[in-house]
Amino acid sequence: MKDLQRLLLSGDEAIALAAFHGGVIVGTGYPGTPSTEILEALSEYGGAAQWSPNEKVALEVAIGVAFCGGRALATMKHVGLNVAADPLFTAAYTGVTGGLVIVSADDPGMASSQNEQDNRRYALAAAVPMLEPSDSQEAYDFTLEAFRLSEKWGLPVLLRATTRVCHSRTVVRPGLHPGALQARTFQRDLRGRVMIPANARPAHRRLRQKLAEMQVWGETAPLHRLFAGDKSLGIITSGISFMHAREAAPSASILKLGLTYPLPFAKIAEFARGVERCVVIEEGDPYLLEAVRTAGIQAEGKTEQFRFGELDVRRVRRILQHDESPEAARPKGKPPQLCDGCQYRLVFDTLHRKDCIVAGDIGCYSLGVLPPFSAMDTLVCMGASIGVGLGMRHTLPESEARRVVSIIGDSTFIHSGITGLVEMVYNPPATGHVVVILDNSTTAMTGHQEHPGTGRKLNHEPAAKVVIEDLVRALGIERVFLVEPRAGSNDFEKVLTECLALNELSVIIARRPCLLIAKRLKELERCECEKEASHA
Amino acid sequence: MRSQVTNIIVAGLGGQGVLTASGILASAILRAGFDVKTSEIKGMSQRGGSVTTDVRFGQAVLSPMVSAGEADYLVVLEPTQIEPNQFWLRPNGTLLSPGVVDQAALPNRKSLNIALLGALSTYLPIQEEHWLRALQDAFPENFFTANRQAFSTGRNSRIGCHA
Repeated sequence: MKDLQRLLLSGDEAIALAAFHGGVIVGTGYPGTPSTEILEALSEYGGAAQWSPNEKVALEVAIGVAFCGGRALATMKHVGLNVAADPLFTAAYTGVTGGLVIVSADDPGMASSQNEQDNRRYALAAAVPMLEPSDSQEAYDFTLEAFRLSEKWGLPVLLRATTRVCHSRTVVRPGLHPGALQARTFQRDLRGRVMIPANARPAHRRLRQKLAEMQVWGETAPLHRLFAGDKSLGIITSGISFMHAREAAPSASILKLGLTYPLPFAKIAEFARGVERCVVIEEGDPYLLEAVRTAGIQAEGKTEQFRFGELDVRRVRRILQHDESPEAARPKGKPPQLCDGCQYRLVFDTLHRKDCIVAGDIGCYSLGVLPPFSAMDTLVCMGASIGVGLGMRHTLPESEARRVVSIIGDSTFIHSGITGLVEMVYNPPATGHVVVILDNSTTAMTGHQEHPGTGRKLNHEPAAKVVIEDLVRALGIERVFLVEPRAGSNDFEKVLTECLALNELSVIIARRPCLLIAKRLKELERCECEKEASHA
Repeated sequence: MRSQVTNIIVAGLGGQGVLTASGILASAILRAGFDVKTSEIKGMSQRGGSVTTDVRFGQAVLSPMVSAGEADYLVVLEPTQIEPNQFWLRPNGTLLSPGVVDQAALPNRKSLNIALLGALSTYLPIQEEHWLRALQDAFPENFFTANRQAFSTGRNSRIGCHA
């Protein structure tokens, strides 16, 4: 797509291009579908982009950039914002100097997630402005606008997208945007930046004051669009739902909201008064409906069956026609599975045969829950395998407790397994515990991203490497085993059997690079060797 | 609205080139001057599971998603995936499955996705030059000849079967 006037971009690429055109100092994040491609694209466009160990750290780095006047982009999937919620809520109090934009990529319908939480609730809860793009053009425009708003109001801004915005390709005409003037200086402001209670109390009042002013500004902001149509039906909508609604009801009047926190209630009330029937069309939770009704505006919503999964044109037609008849279930396709030659097949086969109770985690290896292995008993969130496994060991009678094993991948371990191991050392169960770290040297499930344990940066350039076994030993865990799971070898089974029999804390690192990156790894290693040779 | 928008579903298994094919299709459509939107569900696609991509084009496209029963064309790269994707097709919609191309004439098995694009191309109002440019941009130069051959094989088959 070399035509500069008319690019076909995914929403993720459009966000990245806008961040690049907006002169972002750095983009930070942790991989997660459907957000992953944003930072990869930013790096390809020539911007600075880096993976952090997890979303909390990513947001904290971005906050630091914005405290010093720079523009920063922090990207994550919806559940990633749970991890980053702690800095988010207080960054709303401190405010920022440079533009800080946080992308929350939600996954209604759970194409690749463990829940379908609606992160519009975060804007309301944390009191941060929120923009919702409907396609790639808006993803581009709103990202740039989000930086401007963040700088104008001194607040972090949430850019909330969903799978069908992130992973749809639509036409984008990028504008010409001179990079923002960024001061890159730190102005000392103890009351503004140091949130001890005495400073946080007035900071909270300042935040509410800013939002009240922004709410008034939002009433006439060009971010909202009114499509005048038939007065018999008016639709209030935002994000991808707008596209479905406009197609399902081409003659209806539509109020499309771009800034969905704070909401322009006067504008919405005027719209609702001007139509005979006013319906809110939104995916997921009744976020807009509840807000509109709380403001005393009469509007109709959808029935509970449409809270689940994505909307599409057909479902929107059903909502508008009050059609609540059961929806036909779609035929099941072929589910994903562990690759044929995947080394984890051997691990899960062993766990299955030994009848272990497996506290699992998030990644490719989640597929160990599927037949023929059926070797995963719990999956909650990133890093939960260790804490959940410890809780099970604390509770079960000894013979049962001995069967409990925690399974976690390398990237997930770096993300939020380390604190679980600290817990294990500090509060060990009477029967000890066994943690298996499945190290395939990549963040495989999201498409093979680097992480601090691979020794390479986001763009695959060499970086300092966190050596997992050294980290584990440094916590005081003595029983650390490195095994290579491969066909024909029973090393893993021998070590596991021995660990399960003892009342000790054991960590088994099952290490073998993912087959799908074997070729790329060889290529990278060859390049690095050549570079070293040329420097020698 | 519907009559002005053409709906295509490309379906197959992870690793078969569904995303590549839909990318080339969208690129050719864009070159022909249409508005186009594609939508894909990925994330677990590398693990060999079912993958589908929605491609919609016309003068102006709103939703990026094809609704069930509204696809004009269903392009399926893998025989086992015909049945689970049949629900996308509208009545009298066109199914393009591996059977419509002479696979023995393909330069290699991996180029089936391109051959099926060739078969699809005979139904769409897009000139051949746009397809070839899209193919040229999608692959390194040394792959172009083989892909062009696969595309022509599909384009010359012209055997659609109505569902």
